[in-house]
Amino acid sequence: MTHHATLPLPGPGQWAAEDAPPTMARRRDDGSHGLLPRLMPARPGPVDLAEHLERLGAPPYRGTPRRLIGDVEAAGLTGRGGAAFPTHRKLAAMAAGRGPAPVVIGNGAEGEPASSKDKALLWFSPHLVLDGLQLAAEAVGSATVGLYIHRNPQLYERLQVAIAQRAAAGLDAALVELTEAPHRFLAGEESALASRVSGGPALPRFKPPRASQRGVAGRRTLVQNVETLAHLALIARYGPGWFRSAGTPDEPGSMLATLHQADGRTGVVETTLGMPIADLLRLPAQAVLVGGYHGTWLPVAQAEGLPLANAALRPLGAAVGAGVLAALPGDRCGVAETARVVSYLALESAGQCGPCFNGLPRMAGALAELAGPRPRPQAHADLQRWSGLVAGRGACHHPDGTVRLVRSALQVFAAEIDHHAHGYCTGTSGRPFLPLPAEPPLDDADWR
Amino acid sequence: MTAITGSTALWYASRATGLVSLLLLSLVVMLGILVNRQGRLPGLPSFAVTGLHRSLSLLSVLFIAVHVATAIIDPYVSIGLAAVVIPFVSAYMPFWLGLGAVALDLIAALILTSLARAHMSRRTWRGIHWLAYAAWPVALVHGIGSSPDLRSGGLLLVAIGSALAVAAAGLWRVTAKAREVPRAERAAQVLAGIQRQAHRARAGHGGAR
Amino acid sequence: MGKHKQLRVNPIDCAGHGVCAELLPELIRLDEWGYPLLPAGPVPRGLERQARRAVTDCPALALALADAS
Repeated sequence: MTHHATLPLPGPGQWAAEDAPPTMARRRDDGSHGLLPRLMPARPGPVDLAEHLERLGAPPYRGTPRRLIGDVEAAGLTGRGGAAFPTHRKLAAMAAGRGPAPVVIGNGAEGEPASSKDKALLWFSPHLVLDGLQLAAEAVGSATVGLYIHRNPQLYERLQVAIAQRAAAGLDAALVELTEAPHRFLAGEESALASRVSGGPALPRFKPPRASQRGVAGRRTLVQNVETLAHLALIARYGPGWFRSAGTPDEPGSMLATLHQADGRTGVVETTLGMPIADLLRLPAQAVLVGGYHGTWLPVAQAEGLPLANAALRPLGAAVGAGVLAALPGDRCGVAETARVVSYLALESAGQCGPCFNGLPRMAGALAELAGPRPRPQAHADLQRWSGLVAGRGACHHPDGTVRLVRSALQVFAAEIDHHAHGYCTGTSGRPFLPLPAEPPLDDADWR
Repeated sequence: MTAITGSTALWYASRATGLVSLLLLSLVVMLGILVNRQGRLPGLPSFAVTGLHRSLSLLSVLFIAVHVATAIIDPYVSIGLAAVVIPFVSAYMPFWLGLGAVALDLIAALILTSLARAHMSRRTWRGIHWLAYAAWPVALVHGIGSSPDLRSGGLLLVAIGSALAVAAAGLWRVTAKAREVPRAERAAQVLAGIQRQAHRARAGHGGAR
Repeated sequence: MGKHKQLRVNPIDCAGHGVCAELLPELIRLDEWGYPLLPAGPVPRGLERQARRAVTDCPALALALADAS
């Protein structure tokens, strides 16, 4: 059962008009009796404060810190930013820490070009996110709260208005500070977030210490993906039992996913963990990219038999991640698509760590060679060697994620690579499929 | 032949060790710049550059110690122990010797922090180490002002030579840094280089086909 | 008997000077771009002194000896 959210989907720089006709607004009836939608509004259009209060009421503060954490634990909520870390453990650790009160930041930077779920959530259901932010802050004893969002003037203005309205209505215990993230792949990385929100550039820092120890302005910082906060806001109202009524016992709840269908249509859907991938990506394809540009390619025959759940994906080296699923159509060349993405990832290196800014461009070059006719035999070996050289040697996981994508591509598109070695390509369309932002300018200021 | 009195011997010793200290400090600054720019001394490994930078700085401390000790002990001029570290309090040539005290204080900070660098943050150590660029010119001016040695003859050439050498090294540091690829462009620069190479290779192959 | 130590490098501060690899060739090699490849396990007791020297002599103060986790 899947709820297809109102669309068109906002792309970089484009925003859904409130009166734009929805393109995928069907609701599949499989007898699940209206479990969805939870996060996304049931009817097209963003939810304003009045409507939010009418449907859900004011945020249900518990009165003292930590009270909410038990419910979050019983609900089994895990982070929806990609790592799927148990949320209650993050909250409990932050609440138990000593010293000055911690900072809580909602992460809506969503630097991944293939993912739009956070942008859609912030656009359509901002008050769920803002409720969750306040409740999380109360749970950990924080009075310093911020929202870190993908840079977009309309979104910024809309959220500013939403925050001001809530303040006027006395709903928020802590004033929310809005910070814009630059249009960079790494902008949403936890330490880059801490650096940016502290007033510096969105550059990853060396760990330890993590943001949970030394984050924004040197203080302990809780970073939660905006979708996680939205789920929190509903768990606080309806309880863990309600949350668990969707999803699987080990991976409960609903989740937002960004789907890229093989026919080019793209959209954000709210679905449940455990939903069969074949029910989400319904058009014929040759391969499926699971988890975005730091994710994993899977052959379509394999992917079609899998549910969108870590229990099934982890043994195959894949993960649900931030819920990006892309079905590569049969007429494209998977190697060429991956080469385009890896070039993008190479250019998105922060340029701070030698193995990364040296290795990733070289990997991109080798992959571009493998994507062309008759690559040098050395190219494949070089790619393997560089993959081994960069993994784990950066300050952040950018090299690791890139290596994961490259290795899965080499596996899944091995036959295609072999074809290229013999001088032909089975791809009949050279049109780019996977979404990438336009050529970014390169400037230090570009990281602010 | 006039007997060289104890005082004169001390005075010569102080001037001589002062000169050697200045030359050593010049080398230390230049070697420090070489370390920073990851330069190498021909035929020597990298750790030789860092090792020489450290060894010469410790040697210069030794020469500065003798330079200062002989100046204080010398009964001919009145320079108290306090004037060694507190600038501008000596009875004799308070200004020029005061500069010497400034240089000594700065050098002491450099040496002490470097000896203990494992126990402090990188930022703190680096911040203090920048004082080297202040210490050297202060030491030079102290040398020129405190004694006529450096103002004429061969020693004048030595002073000018050291000043030019350190200035050249400093200029090199600044220009090399300015010509460095900015961090935000590093990956792009590597990628552009690879794409140029690939283009040339393809052009070559195209001709062969 | 102290805890075992492990070599760690801050890849942001590391500029590829290569002094560490010269001082501790038994444990540290340089990759093809001049950046250090550190051993995964703890530093053998016999090499701990040289490891400490490599840490102190790193011009970028990028190398550290941390407690092996």
